[in-house]
Amino acid sequence: MKVRVKFSKEGAVKFIGHLDVMRYFQKAIRRAGIDVAYSEGFSPHMIMSFAAPLGVGVTSTGEYFDMELKSAVSSRQMEDAFNAQMAEGIRVLSVREIPQGKAHAAMSLVAAADYLVSFREGKAPAAGWQDRVRQFLDQKEIVILRKTKRSEKETDIRPWIYQMEVRQDAIFLQLAAGSVHNLKPELVLEAFAAFLGEELAPFALMVHRLETYANVGSEEERRLVPLEDLGKEIK
Amino acid sequence: MRKLALSDEILLSIETPARYTGGEVNSVMKDPEKVDIRFAMCFPDVYEIGMSHLGIQILYDMFNRREDTWCERVYSPWPDLDQVMRKEHIPLFALESQDPVKDFDFLGITIQYEMCYTNILQILDLSGIPLHAAERGEDDPLVIGGGPCTYNPEPLAPFFDLFYIGEGETVYDQLLDTYKKYKREGKNRKEFLKAAAKIPGIYVPSLYEASYHEDGTIASFAPVEEGIPEKIQKQIVMEITDTCYPKAPVVPFVKVTQDRVVLEIQRGCIRGCRFCQAGMLYRPTREREVDFLKERAVEMLDATGHEEISLSSLSSSDYSQLPELVSFLMEECGKRGVNISLPSLRIDAFSLDVMKKVQDIRKSSLTFAPEAGSQRLRDVINKGLTEEVILEGAGKAFEGGWTKVKLYFMLGLPTETEEDMKEIAHLAEKIAKRYYEIPKEQRHGKCQITVSTSFFVPKPFTPFQWAPMCREAEFLDRAKVVREEIHAQLNQKSIKYNWHEADVTVLEGILARGDRRVAPAIEAAYKKGALFDSWSEYFHPEYWREAFDQCGIDTDFYTVRERREEEIFPWDFIDIGVTKEFLLREWKNAAKEKVTPNCRMRCSGCGAARYEGGVCVESKG
Repeated sequence: MKVRVKFSKEGAVKFIGHLDVMRYFQKAIRRAGIDVAYSEGFSPHMIMSFAAPLGVGVTSTGEYFDMELKSAVSSRQMEDAFNAQMAEGIRVLSVREIPQGKAHAAMSLVAAADYLVSFREGKAPAAGWQDRVRQFLDQKEIVILRKTKRSEKETDIRPWIYQMEVRQDAIFLQLAAGSVHNLKPELVLEAFAAFLGEELAPFALMVHRLETYANVGSEEERRLVPLEDLGKEIK
Repeated sequence: MRKLALSDEILLSIETPARYTGGEVNSVMKDPEKVDIRFAMCFPDVYEIGMSHLGIQILYDMFNRREDTWCERVYSPWPDLDQVMRKEHIPLFALESQDPVKDFDFLGITIQYEMCYTNILQILDLSGIPLHAAERGEDDPLVIGGGPCTYNPEPLAPFFDLFYIGEGETVYDQLLDTYKKYKREGKNRKEFLKAAAKIPGIYVPSLYEASYHEDGTIASFAPVEEGIPEKIQKQIVMEITDTCYPKAPVVPFVKVTQDRVVLEIQRGCIRGCRFCQAGMLYRPTREREVDFLKERAVEMLDATGHEEISLSSLSSSDYSQLPELVSFLMEECGKRGVNISLPSLRIDAFSLDVMKKVQDIRKSSLTFAPEAGSQRLRDVINKGLTEEVILEGAGKAFEGGWTKVKLYFMLGLPTETEEDMKEIAHLAEKIAKRYYEIPKEQRHGKCQITVSTSFFVPKPFTPFQWAPMCREAEFLDRAKVVREEIHAQLNQKSIKYNWHEADVTVLEGILARGDRRVAPAIEAAYKKGALFDSWSEYFHPEYWREAFDQCGIDTDFYTVRERREEEIFPWDFIDIGVTKEFLLREWKNAAKEKVTPNCRMRCSGCGAARYEGGVCVESKG
């Protein structure tokens, strides 16, 4: 059976890198006594895959991984078994059964993610920035310079900003995510700062991922659903 | 949520921030208001190395079982964070509470190798604790050292308030109880140290004084006042099964060097290799009961979720219940998808059979440690391994499908001749030949023989403590002899040769057999920038050269000089059970190329029987 695990990562554990989070869960699965399936061979490894890596320093309440089980108990029991084994800052939010097959894997389904971005004390743009978010988003295109190791190229990121709005002192963003068009919230905020005629101070942003989505609609007509909603509770 | 000592900005701009944030699974949190003693336990190297150390896990567990004590962990900040902390005046903190080390009652430092001595000064310095014990006040933590290097603590004497000589499980409770009592009674630091000095195994360096002969050797070494013991008795646990052993070791988030469950099956070694310090220090050999080990293995796997378990001991093959333990582990680990790692196994039919089941033969290699190339020199060092045994083991392994062999040797051993060096190459050649004797269609391509040599460092409490050490150039010349001889072999293309750095070895030699007069040079080297000396990318021999010059220290005195039989050594005030007479007898046997049997074959009267346990009381077969 294949299940999808949703978890949160907050507080000091935001400094744990993606690979270490994977290793953390491999050990947690053993501690929790989850009957996970292993690959064959001399160094068997768990059959599991993560939806979308989270950068160091970013917190989240919408992280996912899928894993293959040999046998399962109820969702509730597995959630409790996990949560009895978690380090401070990491919670398992749900365990759901998902259909077999590569097409249903979290990694290939990821299409968008929600973020809440706030500014560290004293590092917000000049007062009144809240009123300019609408204007920023109303631009036909938002061209930024994307730097890779080899080259720099201009890209229009506007199509990949699905939502952007002010929430108190923070900014809510819904952005394209996954293997096709992945847009990092930091890039959007840099572009926004540039639009305001400012430059972001180093470490100005605190980024929190709220949710990760699959698109069950089409390219033109998106219908985003949280990844956990594609699974069903095991009673 | 715990508050962190370092800001997000700092943590996001340094390498591997999770080294400093704590919060790992099985780490222990307590309410500081509800404990009497706060103990910072430090391994003075980077987190990934320090977290791999079993001894700290044992003491961490043991201290935290005490309701009145909260033991936390401290590791060396990597150079990137070191610079930030100095620039921004951030005091060194413990991982769990993130509180400054300076506010603790104790700072315990485990001293595992000589090349971490400057890191110890970094820990003190960043904590804001005066480097010299003599300059510390009532508010400073008591700095206590432990671990193998404390068997010659003298080069570090001025930096520590006290040293614990031996295994931590025995008198720490007594020490902490005494501390608590003295603290409650409002007694001062000096009064406590005097009381502590009377606890067996505790050495308070400020209460001892050395005087020297004109030639620089020690004339006397004695306590400065009445009632302080002249000799410090090594502490060891005799009931090794009933002692503390953590059921739930801390599980790091980041990948550390030993990312696995470590099962310590025994302490000590019956072999008596004459260069080996651990083999003498931890006598007598004590085995843990196999039922206890089985139980703990399962408990630790359950509590950590590690994907690998490793056996730990100086010589696993000498553990009498090994077959039973290994077959249990193979079954248990098979069910759980856990790997088994079996280091320090002698290569024989049993171990080859086991290894075939637990490792991928194509990827793994076989390891032999003949230590010396010729039988003559192996007799000198009392390494019982013979060429016949090596060739037989390698032959069986090759027939079993292995193609990779690793060989470990030392260069610069006492009495070593050019012929002995060349024999290293010849042994490697014979192993290669043995491989190519297998019919072509039955073997898997070429074999790969890796020869590694380290340079010999005479250590305290070994029969070679009297031996002169080579100079840097001599070491390198010897490596050259080996390299050239390997190149002259028929199968040289199947043999790869690595050798260790010589400059760091010489420094290790100075510090290993140094005395109190070396301490100023350690401090001077640190002040010049020496740090992480065991990391070749950070090792600066020139800092040390300048430091020794500046302090007027003739390093030859500590390295190349041959000691007289009756010389008083800086570490002679420590009594490890094994007597100096025995070590001297062994030094003479070495010169005569005379082999001494292992403890199970026959007792050689080393003195460790005084501890009345372990192999000394086993019935001899």
